[in-house]
Amino acid sequence: MARYATQEWCDLYKEEINKNKAYEEAAKTWEGDFYFITEAGGPVKEPIYMYVDLYHGKCRAAEIVTDPNKYKPAFTLSAPYSIWKQIATKKLDATKALITKQSKMTGDMAKIMRYTRAANELTNCTMLVLTEWLD
Amino acid sequence: MWTFSCPLIVYGDNALDYLAQVKGKKAFIVTDKNIVKLGLTKPVIDQLDAVNIGWEIFDEVEPEPSLNTIRKGGVAVGKYQPDWVIGIGGGSCMDAAKAIILLLARPELEPEALSVLETFNFREKARLMAIPTTSGTGSEATWAIVLTDTNDKRKLGLGTTECMPDVAILDPVMVMGMPPLITADTGMDVLCHAIEGYTSAWGTSMTEGPGLVATRRVFEYLAKAYKDGNDLQARKEMMIAATMGGMSFGNSMAGLGHSTGHALGAIFHLPHGRTVGMFLPYTMEYLMNGSEETTVKFAEMARFCCGASGPDKECAKVLVAKVRALAKEVDQPLSVKDCGVDKAKYEKEIPALVERSLNEVMTMTVTRVPGEEDLGKIFKYAYDGKPIDF
Repeated sequence: MARYATQEWCDLYKEEINKNKAYEEAAKTWEGDFYFITEAGGPVKEPIYMYVDLYHGKCRAAEIVTDPNKYKPAFTLSAPYSIWKQIATKKLDATKALITKQSKMTGDMAKIMRYTRAANELTNCTMLVLTEWLD
Repeated sequence: MWTFSCPLIVYGDNALDYLAQVKGKKAFIVTDKNIVKLGLTKPVIDQLDAVNIGWEIFDEVEPEPSLNTIRKGGVAVGKYQPDWVIGIGGGSCMDAAKAIILLLARPELEPEALSVLETFNFREKARLMAIPTTSGTGSEATWAIVLTDTNDKRKLGLGTTECMPDVAILDPVMVMGMPPLITADTGMDVLCHAIEGYTSAWGTSMTEGPGLVATRRVFEYLAKAYKDGNDLQARKEMMIAATMGGMSFGNSMAGLGHSTGHALGAIFHLPHGRTVGMFLPYTMEYLMNGSEETTVKFAEMARFCCGASGPDKECAKVLVAKVRALAKEVDQPLSVKDCGVDKAKYEKEIPALVERSLNEVMTMTVTRVPGEEDLGKIFKYAYDGKPIDF
């Protein structure tokens, strides 16, 4: 088990992604990195930036970043802690969260839409990380 | 959190008279050349003239509108600066109108960026009206925009909740001349929206109502409208069913019939309604074979729409049989083979069909999500019309 949004959690998430054959197949041509941003609020005092670099079906890096200027990822996805928790536990569909503007994304939406299955598998990976939630 | 939205729906005889109550100065009409040629823009223009609303027509929308067409429409609407944008036509024209009004507000964007990621606030400049001339897509009651990226021959599902039309006018005069084949193609699309909206994993009580009623209306009136295009009652009911189908799936999500049908239509250039309607019974069988939740819902629909009784599984089978019987009655294909697709070419394309289907959101919004193997089998079975037994 790892505490949410710690480096230990990132390491386990990376491991789950790299073990996931369905993700590997669905994302075999994907090239693009992300900031998954947990906005300040509730148990989160300062915004948390998790950098995830995905390339050809594998996760090359997953790290908690203290300086958001460290990377310039192609995509950012940000949401409050409560929304991330609901997405990660599959109580809220990630696409529904975007449609209702409970989460916000920047980047090339058309590109993301070509990898719906991969995005779904990425969410499945978060379910597999035994998480100690902040609340 | 979830939302339910729909336009003000003006319907019935003389519904176009509502235009006399519209406040505004300039209307930008988005349509296609065929609609203009058929004279279907005239009753709208006459109404606008009567209340001194100026108008300009953009009639360059093609079936499955391309990004480039939307760019051109965006430039034209920017020059005209209307306070209404009116889509007149089938789904393509109404979707194009939605995209074009977004570009009126955000002319700097590329059409592929017209998505939930952006905020448009276009109502500060203009409002959106949809006037369907088919009874099918339900686009007049959804915020979705389907455009075609001609570079990689792929349909792009775009749009944002903002682009739900403000007003939808359902006047039967606009659909009375629809030819039988288009009546059947678009009618099967309605059925697919209604059944998939009712059973969507994203569905709620709000979307079940319109899905259920639309399904019953299609079973009752599609064949009548197909056989006698002058049957005013059938035309009216099918128009309402189409809009209700849009309200159902547009506020939940369509399902596997759409993701498989989209893939087939995109690769083999077949009409949308025909392909999604053809795949509907196969995908219903697939869901029945692995999802008790959806089987129960199919049974509910069968009891309400077809007078079925008995155990859930048996009632669900009645619904599937009814879908196939209706398709047969309106001369729609029951298999991919019936669509005239060459078997060798089809089999070669199965990996691409599977890949496209897997990457549609609609594949994820059903209660039994198929993987690559099951989708491949669904495509194979559907070629020869073999019922899904797995």
